[in-house]
Amino acid sequence: MRTILYIIQKEFIQIFRDKTMLPVIFIVPIIQLIVLVYAATLEMKHIDMIVVDNDLSTVSRKLISKFDGSPFFYVNSATFNIKEAEHQITADNADIILNIPVGFEKKLLKENKSSLQLQINAINATAAGLTNAYANYVLADFNKNIIIEYIHSIAPSPRKTINVNYSFWYNPELNYKIYMLPGILVILVTIIGMFLAALNIVREKEMGTIEQINVTPIAKYQFIFGKLFPFWVIAMFELAFGLTIGKILFNIPMEGSLLLLFGFTSIYLIVALGIGLFISTLANTQQQVMFIVFFFMLTFVLMSGIFTPTESMPKWAQFVNIINPYTYFMRVIRMVLLKGSGFWDIFKEIVSLLIYGTIILSLAVWRYRKTV
Amino acid sequence: MKQFLGFVKKEFYHIFRDIQTMLVLFGIPIAQLLIFGYVVTNEIKDIKIAIYDQSKDDVTLQISNKIISSGYFILEKDLDHISNIEDIFKEGDVKEVIVFEPDFAKNLQREGVANVQLIADASDANTANLIVNYTNGILMDYIQKENQLVNQPLQIDTEVRMVFNEGLKSVYMFVPGTMALILMLVSAMMTSISIAREKEMGTMEVLLVSPLKPVQIIVGKVIPYVTLAFVNAITIILIGYFVFGMPLKGSIWLLLFESFLFISMALSLGIFISTMAKSQQVAMFISIFALMLPTLLLSGFIFPIENMPVLLQWLSHLMPPKYFIIIIKNIMLKGTGFMYIWKETLILTGMMLFFIALSVKKFKIRLE
Repeated sequence: MRTILYIIQKEFIQIFRDKTMLPVIFIVPIIQLIVLVYAATLEMKHIDMIVVDNDLSTVSRKLISKFDGSPFFYVNSATFNIKEAEHQITADNADIILNIPVGFEKKLLKENKSSLQLQINAINATAAGLTNAYANYVLADFNKNIIIEYIHSIAPSPRKTINVNYSFWYNPELNYKIYMLPGILVILVTIIGMFLAALNIVREKEMGTIEQINVTPIAKYQFIFGKLFPFWVIAMFELAFGLTIGKILFNIPMEGSLLLLFGFTSIYLIVALGIGLFISTLANTQQQVMFIVFFFMLTFVLMSGIFTPTESMPKWAQFVNIINPYTYFMRVIRMVLLKGSGFWDIFKEIVSLLIYGTIILSLAVWRYRKTV
Repeated sequence: MKQFLGFVKKEFYHIFRDIQTMLVLFGIPIAQLLIFGYVVTNEIKDIKIAIYDQSKDDVTLQISNKIISSGYFILEKDLDHISNIEDIFKEGDVKEVIVFEPDFAKNLQREGVANVQLIADASDANTANLIVNYTNGILMDYIQKENQLVNQPLQIDTEVRMVFNEGLKSVYMFVPGTMALILMLVSAMMTSISIAREKEMGTMEVLLVSPLKPVQIIVGKVIPYVTLAFVNAITIILIGYFVFGMPLKGSIWLLLFESFLFISMALSLGIFISTMAKSQQVAMFISIFALMLPTLLLSGFIFPIENMPVLLQWLSHLMPPKYFIIIIKNIMLKGTGFMYIWKETLILTGMMLFFIALSVKKFKIRLE
């Protein structure tokens, strides 16, 4: 027991003596949380609209001011030439063209039916879909107003309607930030657990100091425990630190039990550290570790559901996600923080991670050799 | 010249003999394309929902069937009490609950109005929004078919044309993004690490005292990565074109020229990083935090720049990949010529010259 304590002490001294470590632990998370959370938004706030109004009627003017008054659209220029408008889209100066043809109002009032045209720059398909949806909301609303205004009394219409009410639970303002923040915390905690632990062990290998430890009477389990425990502590601290920043800067909700979250994180970290240890047995140089981790991170983070729901992914990706540790944590941290899920809701994830941790740790310990 | 060729050959050996390096060079591009092509799409598919049908009549049954057979949703559970919604959301699988009011069909028939409530788990705001929109679309579609025979006064029809991407394919976004990311990675990160490694291991000194001129050393270091980056660029274009149906409307030569410009820019950035970094680890950290994350997040690759806070929009002007992505989109999707992208080309050229000048100034040929 005392041996382990000494190893832990040595590790902490070594970690904190390294000048690059402190920024990695304290400054990088703050920058990442601030920059990434703000950057990672899919909310559409600013859609530039260019208007081609060849009708110049009361109705067309009303429609344009309706668009301009909506929170999403900015009517930033107008022209009479559709070619000119299309040119603006090609040059990326506008996102959407509203094209109102000649005789729009006349036709609407006489024939009860009139049409206009929207052209949307659809290179970003998601944004285009949302733009289209918002434009249709505005148009439908406008249409309703026009009917009331011009027909005055609404005759009992024989049309059937389904009234749809929405309610968005847990996040009524559809704030994307409180969803992204826990996701980025997952990445940060994992970088500490997996990446730094693996780098640390391989550095001893590269510098040759691991042989000095190997010839001491320190047992394998003592060495491994002593190596991994400090990173476990730092990663747990990182989570607490990140949550504090999230609370202060973004006021993220904490619906569930923090104790449960930290409990789950401690299990998750066993898996992350296990993988880190396993990687360190595969690599001989720090560069190799970095490349493996790099590949691992780029692939698994994107598959974990940080940006898009895992359910919509193809079957093979969901299958790969079984061995993707991020997936479990990504899901649980959001469930506990945002929805207040309890122990039994995340029971399946806890059991999965416990099994995963046991397997990966045994594998790593088995691969780790004291001999050269 | 012969010495120089020998040196280039040595660099190629360094790359090809290391599995981990090959993993980064060729594993990442392919994995990225597959992931963005098939996994990280914003399309809604197989989302689990629950239905709380208080009416259980023909109409609600028809609507439910329509929703479930749409392919977007899977019915996970039929609820029989309103209080179950909370529990089912907390379990985490179900993302939306559809509540039909009692006597739905009767209300629709007699009063012409019936109520549906869509309750979404909005902890994932973006998905919740999409799901609700999709469900709403299905409901509106149903009611429109019911109303087909009735005439509405003063109806405004909208024709929507999706310019440059009729089918709303997500491939149009990720191929340019992946290309910028990979070229940045291969060129800037790999060169900076490779030079930093020679420094760290002390072999840089051996090279400096050799008859090779410093310029030859740098050029020799860079040539393998130019080649590999070019191979990567072409692979990505080919996979994009043949597997994902990405069009190439503009000139291929212009595209290759711009890729070459971007690769050169990234290489000079890599050399610049290596002049600052003493060790591989520092080079790696700079590369990840200064290149990777910004390329992913601030270049407009995944998230549109226009929606970011003003400060980040300014920051994004400093990101070289941003300009390259604009260039690729212009050439491949819009088919525009040089006239539309001269500004971006100029900026990239300027950045390249800036990094070269800085590196020349900082490059040390003497020991400290």
